[in-house]
Amino acid sequence: MSGHTDSHQEESFWRKYIFSIDHKIIGLQYGITALIFLFFGFCLMMMMRWQLAYPEEAMPWIGWLFGDDGIILPEMYNSLGAMHGTIMIFLGVVPLAVGAFGNYFVPLQIGAPDMAFPKLNMASYWCYFVGGVVMMIGFFVPGGAANSGWTSYPPLADIATTGQTVWLFGMVLLITSSLLGSVNTITTIVQLRAKGLTWMRLPFFVWAQLVTGFLLLLAFPPLEAAGVLQLMDRLLDTSFFLPSGLVVSGEILNVSGGGSPLLWQHMFWFLAHPEVYVLILPAMGIVAEVIANNTRKPLWGYKSIVYASAFLGFMSFIVWAHHMFMTGMGATISAFFQTTTMIISVPSVVILTAMFISLWGASIRYNSAMLFALGFLPMFGIGGLTGLPLGIAASDIHLHDTYYVIGHFHYVVAPGTIFALFAGVYYWFPKMTGKVLNETLGKVHFWLSMLFMNGIFMPMFVQGLAGVSRRLWDGGASYAHATDTLWLNEVMSTSAWLLGLAQIPFIYNLIKSMKSGEKAESNHWQATTLEWTDAPSPPLPHRNFEVIPEVHRGPYEYSVPGADKDFTPQSEA
Amino acid sequence: MEIPYNVEERQDTGMFNGKLGIWLFLASEVMLFGGLFSAYVFLRMGDVTGAFNSGSSELNVPLATFNTLVLISSSVTMIMSWVSLKLGEQKKFKQYLGATLLLAAVFLVVKYFEYTAKFHHGIFPETSTFFAIYFTLTGLHMIHILGGMIVIFYFLVPGSKMMNIEPERFTNRIEIVGLYWHFVDLVWIFLFPVLYLL
Repeated sequence: MSGHTDSHQEESFWRKYIFSIDHKIIGLQYGITALIFLFFGFCLMMMMRWQLAYPEEAMPWIGWLFGDDGIILPEMYNSLGAMHGTIMIFLGVVPLAVGAFGNYFVPLQIGAPDMAFPKLNMASYWCYFVGGVVMMIGFFVPGGAANSGWTSYPPLADIATTGQTVWLFGMVLLITSSLLGSVNTITTIVQLRAKGLTWMRLPFFVWAQLVTGFLLLLAFPPLEAAGVLQLMDRLLDTSFFLPSGLVVSGEILNVSGGGSPLLWQHMFWFLAHPEVYVLILPAMGIVAEVIANNTRKPLWGYKSIVYASAFLGFMSFIVWAHHMFMTGMGATISAFFQTTTMIISVPSVVILTAMFISLWGASIRYNSAMLFALGFLPMFGIGGLTGLPLGIAASDIHLHDTYYVIGHFHYVVAPGTIFALFAGVYYWFPKMTGKVLNETLGKVHFWLSMLFMNGIFMPMFVQGLAGVSRRLWDGGASYAHATDTLWLNEVMSTSAWLLGLAQIPFIYNLIKSMKSGEKAESNHWQATTLEWTDAPSPPLPHRNFEVIPEVHRGPYEYSVPGADKDFTPQSEA
Repeated sequence: MEIPYNVEERQDTGMFNGKLGIWLFLASEVMLFGGLFSAYVFLRMGDVTGAFNSGSSELNVPLATFNTLVLISSSVTMIMSWVSLKLGEQKKFKQYLGATLLLAAVFLVVKYFEYTAKFHHGIFPETSTFFAIYFTLTGLHMIHILGGMIVIFYFLVPGSKMMNIEPERFTNRIEIVGLYWHFVDLVWIFLFPVLYLL
């Protein structure tokens, strides 16, 4: 296995840091790019929140971006909304969870020298990068960026401005990237596990990435198909999504007709519901690692959560139409999807419960990573439980397309997934850089984020139950039924801006610790998994381990009775 | 450091990396074409204008039958080229692989005449939802044929040097190309009855 092990030392700067085929560098590239996009998507939202809290007032400081009077016009507001969703999901959270953490830690946790296809890995990152650039170009075309919502529902999206075409091309690139990535992840996990690393000895994070890989592999292509059909509609004047006799601006549209807007919704949600689990599974994987490590106890019910996550992955393919109860597709179909939706909540609850029980009787180390992981549990709990009324067709009729929906899925993704990703950053930063993040700053970051996240999303449930629609440009100011809850807009907006400020300690911490942080030991958290026990911090370029380890035990053997220390590494014979 | 199981099989999974990779890729391709076939079913079910019935009767069945035979033959020559390589008969390998490339080109030429005939009759994707899905499905399939041809050409000419340097790895690669090619063939076998005959 030796041979040309030292050739990496002669690599040029470009080969080493830009067009690298080392999974660790690619992971970092994904991570940095995704964090930038995440922040950019957040900025779009902070602008929208100005308009919602103070409708039609000129925006201070950056008002010049929106024309002379500094007011966000409705078209611009729609662009911001559509792009916020697209950027956060496809350019921020998924690349961070799968591209960055998956890429970096799957090979390390399974004792592999790299991903199975290193060049494909590089291609995957660059497809993502170019896809991101294309998305950004949308802001500069006539009519602005895509403005038909991140769901791009036709007929609106079919007849929208050029930005929508740019959006579709961007999506095709992003889908290609995730396809290459998922083929790579699955092959790596199946083929490159170290000797002795059987399926039931895999860290749960690896399991989560495996299931996520299958979701990306199988759910994204139908959206690609739908994207091709929408491109045909927009560029070649076909009518896949345009019904006969559609009237636009008082005139019947000159197309053949015969298509169906519902077709898009089916194809879109066939991806976009599994996508929810793409967002949540890697997060659960990270939380499992952090919790096992900081409770110094085995994860409770390891096998159950493995089976639960596989079942979750399977079920996620047959719940999509619960997003479509209001489309008139019929009570029978609604009943089917309502039933599968209730069933899919079971494995999620199994996983969450196992993590809660893991805390029982533990002497918990409250470091920043653990705080974020602990924060994830109730926040994801709120997100999950508020989803149930949306999964039942009868109550969904009232709640559909209101702020309640926004509150629900943001609790899952923002204080849910993003908290888990923060936990991952604090937990694995020492491994990636060889430096430790400052704990005080980390705790400040956590408590402020916790406070303001809830300040943004909790009031959304109140507004939603009052019936305030999710896409109103004025935040409901012109609707009588919204008047009682209007004051909450200011609370939410202020929380959002303060949440932005609360990220300053985090960003400062990242940069400062990278430069002059305390040096990390190779097994900084006294963990059991291979990336900590057998690889230096940071791991060796291109081969990770001095010697490929052999595995002798399960992933979470903490506090084994009779052992001389409170953790027994997987590689210890 | 070399990636393990790049060439040799891993014992407990019985596969080398590339083979699993291509099967996964093909699974996603099934979902891509599956999505489009579902769109076909969905649109046909909701078709009140009769565009699907009248549309498919305007397609040229004899030409498509000929093309089906061409593609099936190309699958046969593809597998023969792999077998020849396994047996170490490099000259035969090149002949069979070249034949595959040629048959693929014949398919595209026939398709070109089919398309232009439609355009001459004033039939375009926007004519009806049937022709929209017809051009989308066959167009996407042609892109797949074209992609396959590029890869086959690569292994026939510039990439064939590997044949003598790393024979086992090269044979693996041809097997992978073959799997892809059979899939593209299979897609057409579904497309033909669905678009032309139903």
